[in-house]
Amino acid sequence: MTQAAHPLAPEVRLVDTRDLAWLIGSLLIVIAPHTLRAPWWLTVLTLCLFGWRLYCTLNRAPLPSRWLVIGIAAVAMLGIWIEYRTLFGRQPGIILLMLFAGLKLLETRSHRDAAVAAFLGYFLIITNFLYTQSMLTAIVMCGALYTITATLIGFSAPQRPARANLRTAALLLAHAVPAALALFFLFPRVQGPLWGLPQDAYSGLTGLSDSMSPGNLSRLAQSDAIAFRAEFEGDTPPQPLRYWRGPVMWDFDGRSWSTGPTLLADFTPLEGGRGRYRYGVVLEAHNRNWLFALETAATLPERARYTADGQLLARSPVRARMRYDLVSVIAPAGPGSDEEPAALRRALRRPPGFNARTVALAEKLRAASSSDAEVVTRAIALLREGGYAYTLEPPLLGADSVDEFLFDTRAGFCEHFSSAFVFMMRAAGVPARVVTGYQGGELNPVDQIITVRQSDAHAWAEVFLRGRGWVRVDPTAAAVPGRIQSGLARALPAGEALPLMMRPQLEWLRAVRFRWDALAHKWNVWVLGYNPERQRDLMLLLGIRDADWRSLTATLFTILGVMTLVLLAWSLRQLVRPDPVQRAWGAFCRKLAARGVERVPHEGPRDYSVRAARALPGSRRAILRIAWLYIGLRYGSQASAPAVARLRRLVRQLRLT
Amino acid sequence: MIGALLERHPRFANRLYGFTPPEHGTVVLVHRRVYIVPARLGWLFAATLGILLIGSINYALSLGFALTFLLAGLGLAGMVHTARNLARMAISVGRAEPVFAGESAQFRLYLDGGPGFDRPAILARHLAAGSQLVVDVPAGGLAEVVLAVPAARRGWLPLGRVMLETRFPLGLFRAWSYIEPAARCLVYPRPERSALPPPSAEAAAGALRTQTTGNDDFAGLRGYQASDSPRHVAWKAVARSDVMLTKQFTGEAAAELWLDWRLLPAGMGPEQRLSRLAGWVLAAERTGAHYGLRLPGLEIAPRRGDSHSAACLQALALYQPS
Repeated sequence: MTQAAHPLAPEVRLVDTRDLAWLIGSLLIVIAPHTLRAPWWLTVLTLCLFGWRLYCTLNRAPLPSRWLVIGIAAVAMLGIWIEYRTLFGRQPGIILLMLFAGLKLLETRSHRDAAVAAFLGYFLIITNFLYTQSMLTAIVMCGALYTITATLIGFSAPQRPARANLRTAALLLAHAVPAALALFFLFPRVQGPLWGLPQDAYSGLTGLSDSMSPGNLSRLAQSDAIAFRAEFEGDTPPQPLRYWRGPVMWDFDGRSWSTGPTLLADFTPLEGGRGRYRYGVVLEAHNRNWLFALETAATLPERARYTADGQLLARSPVRARMRYDLVSVIAPAGPGSDEEPAALRRALRRPPGFNARTVALAEKLRAASSSDAEVVTRAIALLREGGYAYTLEPPLLGADSVDEFLFDTRAGFCEHFSSAFVFMMRAAGVPARVVTGYQGGELNPVDQIITVRQSDAHAWAEVFLRGRGWVRVDPTAAAVPGRIQSGLARALPAGEALPLMMRPQLEWLRAVRFRWDALAHKWNVWVLGYNPERQRDLMLLLGIRDADWRSLTATLFTILGVMTLVLLAWSLRQLVRPDPVQRAWGAFCRKLAARGVERVPHEGPRDYSVRAARALPGSRRAILRIAWLYIGLRYGSQASAPAVARLRRLVRQLRLT
Repeated sequence: MIGALLERHPRFANRLYGFTPPEHGTVVLVHRRVYIVPARLGWLFAATLGILLIGSINYALSLGFALTFLLAGLGLAGMVHTARNLARMAISVGRAEPVFAGESAQFRLYLDGGPGFDRPAILARHLAAGSQLVVDVPAGGLAEVVLAVPAARRGWLPLGRVMLETRFPLGLFRAWSYIEPAARCLVYPRPERSALPPPSAEAAAGALRTQTTGNDDFAGLRGYQASDSPRHVAWKAVARSDVMLTKQFTGEAAAELWLDWRLLPAGMGPEQRLSRLAGWVLAAERTGAHYGLRLPGLEIAPRRGDSHSAACLQALALYQPS
């Protein structure tokens, strides 16, 4: 028994130019987004490796030796190490994978190697999601998935035209979707991470930080990235009331503010109060613990902590989009809380020896006022009437940053205003602190959801007034009322660069964006935000209480089983039921075959019937009648229901003698 | 190992495979007869999915989950499509031209995939002979597979078991099926080259008459003689070989020859005799003589031509020595 090489085994089938072109094309789609982040030399190297492989196949040149490939790998890895000082972070890891894709191609001879490279392509798709999981990324990666699948199909059917393979790939993916949906929603979800993540895993996330120095908020304000979305049940607060509290800054070193040590406190839910709002927030990952809440939180979200200065904190940094529900009040009922003397002392501390002019001004204000509240009012009036300009590009400031802003440059962003105001208050003996967070947010008329972007980042002040507690004062609003009334775009002088989406000329673009945002929100909630909790909710909807992994798995397998059966039934649909004419003809042929007159494959109905009639002269007439009727129905134009019925009847009644 | 076991217990194998060979008429691969297992590439794919799943959990990547599960669905769909590529295919056999023992019989199979869809990359492999061919079956058309099976002995050669296999579309699964259609090929005895029977005593009694040369049918070439008509010179052959040759023709008066089993030496075994006779049939046909065949209990009257030689050779192929 001779065992020839198996011609379908991928190990023995060699790749040709078409296979390689498809493979390289697919890999390019997957790698394209990475080239924005990879060092340029590595992108060039990877492209060169692809090009080299194509050159080899086009010119029938031999592939490089194994040692040369290992050498290239070693040099490139050294380069990556020099660039990142490690090979195991997220970014260097992905770049290594990119490099390996190129190197793998250089040693790809058989379809097996090519299939491994295609699987590597599937793997590279997922690495893109580490950076962004937007709908756009999903669409592009679906395209990559499609072409990689078509490439794999091409390996199995080298003779088939590419169009047919693309069609098969589409069909396969369409058939994969129901199972994928079932798995997506029902596969028992485990909350990651399973092990420690690399140090740089979340380096790309933007958001507020725990310190504020001149320039860092205005930099943040130029980003269109979404900070969070809020969906209100019932009323939506108007724009001027939408102060989303974030980190509170206590400590000033003359240049920058910082939160200092955080003191946790027990939370007591607030009852009553004016302006009570119930809402849910879908917070984007920002790699910090802060949860943003409208003004004063009246309830505490699940698994959140509360600090003495009224911040909400998650137990671990928010590294994935998360959702929480809470209630806020704008004006709490009852007397303002008392404050610890230590906290008040902290709220008066300022570095000595800086900003002498401001200190003098503050002392003048103090002398002219009878109460802390009056000091605040006078300071606000000073800012309002001082002719201050609001700008995203504030002039650079020296050591006495507050003095220079208040008396010389007179132009700044909210961080300058709040910093100067709080400093002035402290100099005048009024306890004050800086609060950072977001102000405003855009109401989407499509789905009534408020989208808050990084460009809405804001800093304001809180002063402690005896009997009233901490009171919010927004010096920026005083100096530039438009900022709070109608957002950043109106507040800035004409001609200053705005984030693209905030430009008023682009109204139509904003309309499109509203729709897109509404879709993106659904995407976030149902696709990206789908987690173990949502899964439990969904199972409850299906009537399964306390869904654990067992019930989920049982449901999943039931659905998958049914789907596979449906798919099987579909796959045989055309085959199980040929058309009635063909079925009747088949029955006729079987009847004749039973009498020893078998149709040979190349024999047409005419020759066959003549031969059968000769062999079975007793049924000659019946055989010929059926054959002519069949020929007429199959090849002629006389297809009619009665004719088909007659054919079937004749075949049924045929008794061969 | 399992294959060897099944070979030793053919009845069990038949039950397992769901058919009893040989199968008459058109063989349809019903679902029950199509087996499917993951190919090596399929396991690699599964491993890739495992890594993707762990990565998705670890980084809480929703789209990672979506991709992983879409690929899992793709694998599932791939399995169904691979089975579909074979299932319900109809296989019929064509005529296998007779061959001489020692040659290879060429069996023709026709794969009919039905009108719905094409069935690419189907491997047909003769299990015993190892001959194999990959064909694409077009939608609504036939694909022809020719499998060579060595013909060792004269007589009827059954096709034997054929495996049909496919890995289309993704190569992750391997589906296969066994068929054993009732196809057979006639194998003539291995022809032994030897001179035609010499004019012996019996031949003088009529077995071989004088062979005269006429000019009706082309019989071969011989060296040119000065008296030959230029019309009979084989100019084409002369141009090739530089030697003057004359075409030789045999006429009505050509010889009548009996190829007789009893003419052969007594010590010859039956198979050797049949080989010798087969060689004679071929040689006699070449000379253009009318020849007849005599076997114990069988006589074919002298004639000539392809159908006559085929009849003679068939008689030799199927002769059962008593």
